[in-house]
Amino acid sequence: MSAALGGAEGVTANELLAVMGARELKDNETVFTGVGAPMLASVLAQRLHAPGLTMMVEGGIVGPQWRPGWLPISTNEMRAAYHAQMLPGITDAFLLAQRGFFDVGFIGGAQIDQWGNLNTSAIGDYDRPKVRLPGSGGANDIISLCRAVIILTAHEKRRFIPKVDFITSPGHVAGGDSRRRSGLLFGGVTRVVTTLGLLDFEPESRRMRLEAVHPGVTVEQVRDMTPFDLLVADPVKTTTPPTANELGLLRSLDPERQFIG
Amino acid sequence: MTIAPAEYDFRAARRRLEAKPKSAGEKLVSLEDAAARVSDGATVAFGGILYSRTPLGLFRTILRRRPRHLTLVRNLMCYEGEWAMVAGAVDKIVTAWMGIGLPWGLSRIMREYVESGRVPMEEWSHLGLGLRFRAAAMGLPFLPTLTMLGSDLMGVGGSKTLTCPYTGETLHAVPALFPDVALLHVHRADRFGNCQIDGYPHMDADIAFASATVLVTAEEIVSEEEIRRHPDRTVIPGFVVDALAHVPWGSYPHECYGLYDSEPGHFGEYVAGIQAEGARGVERYLERYVYGAASHADYLALFSEGMRDAAAERGRELAS
Repeated sequence: MSAALGGAEGVTANELLAVMGARELKDNETVFTGVGAPMLASVLAQRLHAPGLTMMVEGGIVGPQWRPGWLPISTNEMRAAYHAQMLPGITDAFLLAQRGFFDVGFIGGAQIDQWGNLNTSAIGDYDRPKVRLPGSGGANDIISLCRAVIILTAHEKRRFIPKVDFITSPGHVAGGDSRRRSGLLFGGVTRVVTTLGLLDFEPESRRMRLEAVHPGVTVEQVRDMTPFDLLVADPVKTTTPPTANELGLLRSLDPERQFIG
Repeated sequence: MTIAPAEYDFRAARRRLEAKPKSAGEKLVSLEDAAARVSDGATVAFGGILYSRTPLGLFRTILRRRPRHLTLVRNLMCYEGEWAMVAGAVDKIVTAWMGIGLPWGLSRIMREYVESGRVPMEEWSHLGLGLRFRAAAMGLPFLPTLTMLGSDLMGVGGSKTLTCPYTGETLHAVPALFPDVALLHVHRADRFGNCQIDGYPHMDADIAFASATVLVTAEEIVSEEEIRRHPDRTVIPGFVVDALAHVPWGSYPHECYGLYDSEPGHFGEYVAGIQAEGARGVERYLERYVYGAASHADYLALFSEGMRDAAAERGRELAS
């Protein structure tokens, strides 16, 4: 990674994803968040501009206030439940998502294709895979049931592929209105935040489109790391680099750099 | 790989339950006697989730009996699934996710056993599998849901869709799963098996109501009066439970809400053993912590008191 990732010196990939992800969340929204960068982004947003943000965690945890230096490793542990408002159980937590209570679903890196479909199950044949990956966990449910889904991921060639071998978590499936036709009547993937820029989905084809690059990144660089025909908005915007305030607060939440790297 | 009709046969599951004694009597047995209720070939569902409130004391005791041909079901399968693979105890894993967590990387044991075809892994989404237990807990053959639609997970178990009879929309009819045995670890129970859980309830109650035989370990056995003082905290009534054993630290080194924290350092040592020696690393671990510890007390003696005191201190602080 470059020393000036996102246009700021000494920023790690996870710091950049957390800062850019936090900016996507608005005050008083409800967010169903996964671990890793989404968790960092959620807790950062809560401490910056969104004190009224309510987090839901798949371990069955509503409204936690995570403690600096004690951020959770998983969504199913006491650190994740710290100062929670409610502990409803896992199935019921997801049923709240099915009912439509979550404005944003926030999930982390995986293999992703041009329609925003994610594969965390298997590379190659599913029954005799070349690489068996850990599986959906709650990602399939978050992407299926939340109103707007934001994916945070490192922008690497091995992650961005034309078509995933296996759709673990459906983005826009085969593009167009195929997601709706599959029965997923609500929500969908709206935004992919990467280490190179911000992407959305062109409204008709539902193919991935480059919307903005981070400072110091060119459109060509993004194309080089995206091995499919990437749509590009005209003009392409440039994001604001992470500020000292954002980075300082983020680093104070994870003083041992366990998550920010 | 498709689901078997027996998994969602709600009539057979109902008959099995009706034929079983559901006495209000004594459920308290030894840990060994509880473990002996698991037969070869059984479909076994775990309570807790990942490294939270896993019935590890009970499962270690089951593994010491060298079971064969089990199907293990757990939404987030932690390393107990790897133990069963290396021990030759499991024919199939049903899960939404398997591993320990981000810092420990992809499970090398899962990769070795699943990629070679030795142990198939049937994957559901987290809610999908949760609803399989919920449907069974409700005594129904399926539940309608929106989740998993549009994904290739629909094809893994052979999920079917239905057309909503009211709105005409397409819904996923997620099939019930009635396990043969549930393994649960709870905070406290009385000797009649009335169980109370502190903190997050996970899926334990649904799993208990869904299963033909329910085996529970408890951190503490309390009086009947103590249960009756706080009946709102009882999540599983005694008539659901078949056998109960008193196992303090029964989830350790996994966590038990408010009582003790997990031991990420211990997980790190376990994974380092696998990185060094592959499946042999798990065999060494089993020799020391499972087969080598004849009783639960012997097992706990493998951890220093200072280490457990610190885990208890963190557990109290995190739940305060």
